[in-house]
Amino acid sequence: MSKSNQRKSRIVDKTFKYIGLAFTVFALLVLAVLITDILIKGLTRINWSFFTNLPSRHAANSGILTALAGMLSLLFFTILIAIPIGILAGVYLQEYGTNNKFAKFIEINIANLAGVPSVIYGILGLTIFVRLFGLGNSLLAGAFTLALLILPIIIVATREAIRAVPGTLREASYGMGATKWQTTRRVVIPSALGGILTGIILSISRAVGETAPLLVIGALVYVPFIPEGPNDQFTTLPIQIFNWVSRPQAAFITNAAAGIIILLLITFILNGIAIYIRSKWYKNIKY
Amino acid sequence: MDYKLEAKNANLWYGNKQALKDITLSIEPNSVTAFIGPSGCGKSTLLRCFNRMNDLIEGSRIKGEFLLDKANIYKDIEVYDLRKRVGMVFQKPNPFPKTIFENVAYGLRINGINDKKLLAEKVEWSLKNAALWDEVKDNLNNSALSLSGGQQQRLCIARTLAVEPTVVLMDEPASALDPISTAKIEDLIYELKNKFTIVIVTHNMQQAARVSTKTAFFYLGELIEFDETKKLFTNPEEEKTQNYITGRFG
Ligand SMILES: Nc1ncnc2c1ncn2[C@@H]1O[C@H](COP(=O)(O)OP(=O)(O)O)[C@@H](O)[C@H]1O
Ligand SMILES: [Mg+2]
Repeated sequence: MSKSNQRKSRIVDKTFKYIGLAFTVFALLVLAVLITDILIKGLTRINWSFFTNLPSRHAANSGILTALAGMLSLLFFTILIAIPIGILAGVYLQEYGTNNKFAKFIEINIANLAGVPSVIYGILGLTIFVRLFGLGNSLLAGAFTLALLILPIIIVATREAIRAVPGTLREASYGMGATKWQTTRRVVIPSALGGILTGIILSISRAVGETAPLLVIGALVYVPFIPEGPNDQFTTLPIQIFNWVSRPQAAFITNAAAGIIILLLITFILNGIAIYIRSKWYKNIKY
Repeated sequence: MDYKLEAKNANLWYGNKQALKDITLSIEPNSVTAFIGPSGCGKSTLLRCFNRMNDLIEGSRIKGEFLLDKANIYKDIEVYDLRKRVGMVFQKPNPFPKTIFENVAYGLRINGINDKKLLAEKVEWSLKNAALWDEVKDNLNNSALSLSGGQQQRLCIARTLAVEPTVVLMDEPASALDPISTAKIEDLIYELKNKFTIVIVTHNMQQAARVSTKTAFFYLGELIEFDETKKLFTNPEEEKTQNYITGRFG
């Protein structure tokens, strides 16, 4: 490369860096404004009774108890369904299915599924779980639907975590006469567990924020009771917020802001845990 | 002579590329045999034939015979059984991200041994044989990754010894280590030949001269010369060997 060319590419390099920086700052500013706005509106509304009250026609008496309880139960069943299937599928595809057409086919579809809008999952859930399986608009129907939604995330994370396990560890295991299954179970999966857990937590934080598919399958916007079993009806925090936002009275907007703060907090905590696990684990298997 | 390991007219291809060309050599029990030669000449490939690690490489194909105690490695012995009898230590230390104890116990556990007392005995025996016991006996439950590189490599040797193989293959086991750790590994290899048959790949000729009883020199996939180490280094038959050990190429 000639001297002037080098100088030119250095200028382009610099310019690009500053433009990139400007956009990043802009995006962060917008985020900061949004969060400040929400905090100003909602922070004063958060007190103990906000967590323990049932929803109500009066904004000041309204709480998120049923929404929180609904969300936790929904997540519980979602995880119960999605984790075993997701991990097994990820392990199969990465360790056993690299050479067959069926696995390739599934792989392409999973990559596509991760990009499908969540409403579509709602429609699928409505058709299959609500109607075909006759689960109605129950927790279980919601959990199956959300499980479908987060399965691709878990599968992809599992595969990536497994791919990151150094080949030298597999060699060590095979070199001692271990079978493929022994190697997978005793070396590969334990070494990949950090990445798998990270993926699971990120997928949960995705599920926490989902509203559209649950509305489609008929989750209720007003539920004055805590679900007691998998067949009960339910609501969740994002739906409760959605409900409040659509009210004309300003007091409900305050409630919505307070709900959003709680939701953000939950998401931040989940992501924080994921980052923590990732950094801790990767330190452990570095060579 | 009852040879431990034999290769008879052995050839190996990676796809279309022939990596081993008609190799015939015999290795005596309780000896240390060194494989030397320039990088890419097939030392690792031949070594890995003896415990069928090349099976894991797609597109690899062999012709000829490989024998362990007169039994055909590729026909008469089950591969999992073979790898228990012919252990391997790799170039880079590759301990599992588990405790020191669990690393050594790995081979025993996959054989279904879970008896605590027996495991503890075998782990101690293996670590002692790998000259690591004194350094780790109080920290068996620490992560193996907390050890230094040289200690990790001796741990990998202990892990291999735990299933009591009769042959231990070592592929440049000290090339990633500092001189002091290297010296420890070399002393260890010298000790181990009393109980095991050792085959070691090395690109370090002084190392070959120090630890081995016999040395094989390879060049471009062919076995050029195989003789007593002393003879090969002082008075080689072949010109290529002479050129290599005097540093004219490599
Ligand atoms: N996995 C592989 N796939 C294809 N070719 C390989 C593979 N491993 C080694 N080779 C080739 O086989 C030849 C011998 O390699 P190797 O046995 O690793 O040599 P050495 O250990 O003596 O340096 C080299 O030319 C190398 O490029
Ligand atoms: Mg090599």
